[in-house]
Amino acid sequence: MDFNDTPSEAAYRAKARAWLDANAERKTAKKDSLPALSLTEALERARTWQRTKAEGGFACITWPKEYGGQGGSSLDNVVYSQEESNYLVPGGFYAIGLGMCLPTVLAWGTDAHKERYVAPAVRGDEIWCQLFSEPAGGSDVAGLRTRAEKDGDEWVINGQKVWTSGAHYCDYGIVVVRTDPNVPKHKGLTMFIIDMKAPGVEVRPIKQMSGESEFNEVFFTDVRIPDSDRLGEPGQGWKVALTTLMNERLAVGGGGGADWEELLGLAQEAEMEQTLATANSAVRERIADWYVQTQGLKYTRFRTLTALSKGQTPGPESSISKIVSATKMQELGSFAMDLQGQHGIVRDREISPNAAVFQNQWMGGAGYRIAGGTDEILRNIVAERVLGMPQDIRVDKDKPFSEMPAGK
Amino acid sequence: MNFDFSDDQKMLKEQVNKFLTDKCGMDVARRILDGDEPYAKEVWQGLVDMGLMGIAIPEEFGGLGLGALELCVVAEELGRVAAPVPFSTSVYIATEAMKLAGTDEQKKTWLPKLAAGEVIGTLAMSEGPQAAGPRSVEVSFSGGKLNGTKIPVPDGSAADFAIVLANTGGKGDKALSFVLVDLTAKGVTREDVKTIDPTRPHATISFDNVDAELMGEEGNGWAYTQEVFDAAAVWMAFEQIGGTEASMWMARDYALERYAFGRLIGSYQAIKHKIADMYVKLELARSNAYFGAMMLNDKGAELPQAAAAARISATEAYRYAAQENVQVHGGIGYTWEADTQFFYRRSKLLALALGSSIEWKDKLVARLEARNAA
Ligand SMILES: Cc1cc2nc3c(=O)[nH]c(=O)nc-3n(C[C@H](O)[C@H](O)[C@H](O)COP(=O)(O)OP(=O)(O)OC[C@H]3O[C@@H](n4cnc5c(N)ncnc54)[C@H](O)[C@@H]3O)c2cc1C
Repeated sequence: MDFNDTPSEAAYRAKARAWLDANAERKTAKKDSLPALSLTEALERARTWQRTKAEGGFACITWPKEYGGQGGSSLDNVVYSQEESNYLVPGGFYAIGLGMCLPTVLAWGTDAHKERYVAPAVRGDEIWCQLFSEPAGGSDVAGLRTRAEKDGDEWVINGQKVWTSGAHYCDYGIVVVRTDPNVPKHKGLTMFIIDMKAPGVEVRPIKQMSGESEFNEVFFTDVRIPDSDRLGEPGQGWKVALTTLMNERLAVGGGGGADWEELLGLAQEAEMEQTLATANSAVRERIADWYVQTQGLKYTRFRTLTALSKGQTPGPESSISKIVSATKMQELGSFAMDLQGQHGIVRDREISPNAAVFQNQWMGGAGYRIAGGTDEILRNIVAERVLGMPQDIRVDKDKPFSEMPAGK
Repeated sequence: MNFDFSDDQKMLKEQVNKFLTDKCGMDVARRILDGDEPYAKEVWQGLVDMGLMGIAIPEEFGGLGLGALELCVVAEELGRVAAPVPFSTSVYIATEAMKLAGTDEQKKTWLPKLAAGEVIGTLAMSEGPQAAGPRSVEVSFSGGKLNGTKIPVPDGSAADFAIVLANTGGKGDKALSFVLVDLTAKGVTREDVKTIDPTRPHATISFDNVDAELMGEEGNGWAYTQEVFDAAAVWMAFEQIGGTEASMWMARDYALERYAFGRLIGSYQAIKHKIADMYVKLELARSNAYFGAMMLNDKGAELPQAAAAARISATEAYRYAAQENVQVHGGIGYTWEADTQFFYRRSKLLALALGSSIEWKDKLVARLEARNAA
């Protein structure tokens, strides 16, 4: 057991580091994040970086070369990500597309799809979003109501999606819709590639509790999608969606924000009423707890990677990463606010410690515990799919969708 | 044993509840969140009309001269609607500080106006991202002049006067004194700060050689703060309980409307147990708050422990209920449009208003040790 690179991993790491040194700025203790920009500027910055990576041979490392990837191993990918995390590079905009949507296209698309869509996404020219959740259901995605009806060699889509992250700047999306309401709900779904600029697609931003507007409602009025943009067979949409969701569990790891290290830094400077915060044992205990969680997740990831490198595919156990990190994000933010005393309520990049990261993650953590599988759903997945416990009594599995009860 | 509020107190509670339900729905909190009014003036006026600011102010200073219990029932109702008014700052804190430490002259000047709701007072403690206290306070008062900057000051833009916890040069806990300053005085500048809860605005207040006067004994500011906070902790616990209960019912009602997988989400144990836990925490908090109220009203010897227990219990109950109410709502709970946010914001604001739970837990054990040693 060791963490040493094999000779080929070491060579790849050296190559990645040299390339990053030439193309990006290394993080320092003083400067560990890029400056905040307007949406348009931030998008441009991310686009430029994605293109640079693609040209340098470090974008979508594990994808086939013929579609713009590098044909590399998953360990190459990990080595690169580890190195990249030491540099100031923009992230975010491409995570859903390249982490979830395009892997679905690669798994289910025709050769024509792969040729048309994959390379431009790798280069950063086209951004993708995931159109699954609807007002009627996010946890229960398969309860969705957006309909598609066949008309010649086109499908006509009507309905609504919600919580679609990034829809306001995306070019394409994968959308799962109901094509047959008269069969049980999982059997009547079909997945399509949708052009977000197509006539009849209307995107309305939703303001989040945090004050930002990163997600949207998306309305479809008689939107026409050619049958050739279908992913998988009609009625196979749920299976296709599971590919996306499996990738989601892998793609979302930590929710971002500050960790024990920033908290320790804060505690070393913050006076409490009686002592410096680091002299208070309750503070020390929390820092220790979060250190242990972070290390536990890190080494769990290493075990997953080792399994990956031996050709195994990670299963539902990867859900634990989000179960731990989403709650940690919220609670660590909250505790750090406690250490700031009454000033903990101040949420201002200019005057709050660490550019208000703690206040922001206390806010954002509340959303992150819901996004991409809620805490409760992830625990169900672990209990049912890892530990083999029975499902809750299901009333929705065999009845035709059109006969299901529904509420708000 | 009769461990309950009196019929009169319950009637007052109902009356306040009726007024706030009518005039201070969530749309009012939303108006303050989205706009730039410092607080809901018409709600404040309605509370003035009921005489609520003067409940615990002696009759000789224009108040109703009632005990602590009446204020408890008012506080609970204010918490239930996350009322966007500077009541806690002005009534539980500034008024108590004035009653405790003010000279006769100062009381005569300010208490009748406080009782009539004509002025708003605040207590300015914090100066930066750490606990305010003898180890950290640097704003100075000497030769009748106040200098330095306080941030964030609760309701700092709306307040007419501030009681400033200032450094007067003594040693240890004796370093601090209460200093009374008129916020319209020359040399005072105020600016709103961005916080997690814009429905209760806070300000940065800078003092540049401002004329001010000592309040109470020099060097006694920290001891006064503890005493004021013990009383405020009890009232605030009731406000937190109101918010906890509102969050719990909001979650319960949603769990009875929302379907997932063909069933009400309230039929899943993960959701049922979550809401049952809210209830358990709420009831423990309520009982601790009742005991705090009894001790406060009777000036009982157990007040220091009772106040701390009420504070810790209510802070935890509100944290859990507000946070898990968002979770029960799923995506919709994390939007600007949803009312879940008011309680999420307010729960944290109140949790930090009198010092964090970490401090209160420390204090509680120290107080238990002191009691047991005696
Ligand atoms: C910041 C953010 C970004 C998002 N981005 C996207 C996106 O890009 N694309 C997209 O398609 N969606 C996105 N979502 C939607 C997200 O996937 C859903 O919000 C989530 O799956 C929950 O669904 P819901 O909101 O309908 O809540 P519901 O499913 O209605 O859940 C309500 C509550 O019931 C609980 N519950 C439901 N079923 C069960 C059960 N069987 N057992 C126990 N408890 C249960 C839930 O845990 C939750 O607490 C995003 C959400 C957020 C907050």
